[in-house]
Amino acid sequence: MLSSFVTIYARRLFVDRAAKRVLELVVVCSGLILLIIAGTLYFRSLPVHGQAHWGSLLMSREWHPSRGQFGFLPFIAGTLWVTGVAMVLAVPVCLLMAIYLVEYAPRFLREGINPLIDILAGIPSVVYGMWGVLVIVPFVKNYLAPWFGVSSSGYSIIAGGMVLAVMVVPGIIHITMEVLKSVPQELRDASLALGATKWQTIKNVVTRRAMPGMVAAIVLGLSRAFGETIAVLMVVGNVARVPGSIFDPAYPLPALIANNYGEMLSIPMYDAALLFAALILLLVVLYFNVVSRLILSGTKWSSYYYG
Amino acid sequence: MDKRYIEENIFKFLMAVSGLLIISVLLLILGTIAYKGLPYLSWEMVTQPPQNGYYLGKGGGILNAILGSLYLTGGATVLALLISLPVTLYLNVYAKKDSVSVYVTRFVFDVLWGIPSIVYGAFGFTLMLFWGMQASLFAGIITVTFLILPIMTRSMDEIIRMVPGPLLDASYGLGATRWETAWKVVVRQALPGISTAVLMAFGRGIGDAASLIFTAGFTDALPSSLGRPAATLPLAIFFQFSSPVPQVQGRAYAAALILTLIILGVSFASRFLTKRFTRHIVR
Repeated sequence: MLSSFVTIYARRLFVDRAAKRVLELVVVCSGLILLIIAGTLYFRSLPVHGQAHWGSLLMSREWHPSRGQFGFLPFIAGTLWVTGVAMVLAVPVCLLMAIYLVEYAPRFLREGINPLIDILAGIPSVVYGMWGVLVIVPFVKNYLAPWFGVSSSGYSIIAGGMVLAVMVVPGIIHITMEVLKSVPQELRDASLALGATKWQTIKNVVTRRAMPGMVAAIVLGLSRAFGETIAVLMVVGNVARVPGSIFDPAYPLPALIANNYGEMLSIPMYDAALLFAALILLLVVLYFNVVSRLILSGTKWSSYYYG
Repeated sequence: MDKRYIEENIFKFLMAVSGLLIISVLLLILGTIAYKGLPYLSWEMVTQPPQNGYYLGKGGGILNAILGSLYLTGGATVLALLISLPVTLYLNVYAKKDSVSVYVTRFVFDVLWGIPSIVYGAFGFTLMLFWGMQASLFAGIITVTFLILPIMTRSMDEIIRMVPGPLLDASYGLGATRWETAWKVVVRQALPGISTAVLMAFGRGIGDAASLIFTAGFTDALPSSLGRPAATLPLAIFFQFSSPVPQVQGRAYAAALILTLIILGVSFASRFLTKRFTRHIVR
């Protein structure tokens, strides 16, 4: 009788210890994924960045894969332009919306709008791209470009930026709302008690306190825009030239990778060059993410809704 | 009127404008997809694979892509669950609270969440070449697993974190081991949240195209084996949309409508499940 109790107890302890080892192993392995991805991309792209200087690769305009010339400037410039336009369009709208929802909106409105923003976050990027081609591209071609007195095919940086802006809106709004909610109510009360109006309180107390978190939200949106592929690829024109205006076509890095998978293996070093492009994307996005997560880890928030 | 209120009113007006802008863009997107897609939506679209001459406008449907997407994302979701559940249980039951390793693990998954899907695609592609594989359903599953793993892990983690500490203490007090507590108390208590996280990851996985371009390939046949290429909905939309034949383009609209409906359905299902399951948990 007693011995059977002892064996059951021993078995339960054994299962517990074994489970601990297995769980530890899974955690360590999954933690290494990041290193494995970065290492793989680094070593597989070594043929390209091993010979040439990183600076000259990133700053050269000469993109002739068949001659072995890989200058990434057109693609980097394209990425920066599209991302920049998207952020200029999205950030003011997102901040205003988040401030309204947290500070002014009645409860039913806030709870009614949240699911709508979730829907916006759930729409797949290929559908955004399709919508861009059907609506934004003709709009740019027929209305926006003529209005500025230029002619454009519509497949342009501004079209890519507009589509991207819509795509980053849900993520930025959600994190900004979390950040604003984490501002202690006492601060608002103190400001109001001193005779400040609601708007003065928001402007001088709430947003000032929430500033680092809001910057982090914007940077996270930025890094998402940086890596967005399919939707941008469909509307941005994909011409490997350094763009001169927002009505020119561009060729961002992610589109470069996605478009050339077919020829990747037929031209020597081409695959290494494309993986180098992936490595650049990874490093930039890593940098943005690490910075913003460090800022955010000070405030209480959840990454839950970052789509 | 006081100058302070003028400024407030200007900003209130701008806020209303931004709100209307966002809502109307959302309606415009959904409206465009529905308007373009509905006329081409038919029973044939969802019950048949492409027939001969499909890409010239002849008969058939996109059953190959629908099944391919469901298999691929389903497989990836199961694999990701097998990794993320142990990780979250470790972080919340076994590991010491607020230890460095817990912080670092959460940080790494947060950062992994931010990596663009095209980078996962390129990484999956090099893995595939390394193992000497072709573009296939299996390679697609592995790549999408990497993509949705951080999403599932971090959202599950946020929810398991909410499990009240006294509940764990009660379980330990009754003599349960940590494993028994994790498996029989924490998992059951957090089941609504776990299912939400799983469905959310599924929804993200099924809509992603960039990670699959290199890895899953495309075929008109129904998916039959892990080693063969498989069609997926996002890529079916992408390829058909670039076709010059109006009929084929129309089917791209219909496919986009189907994909959007699947994703919205998954999102509603997760809300519904959350409500159903929360009846059985301890508060």
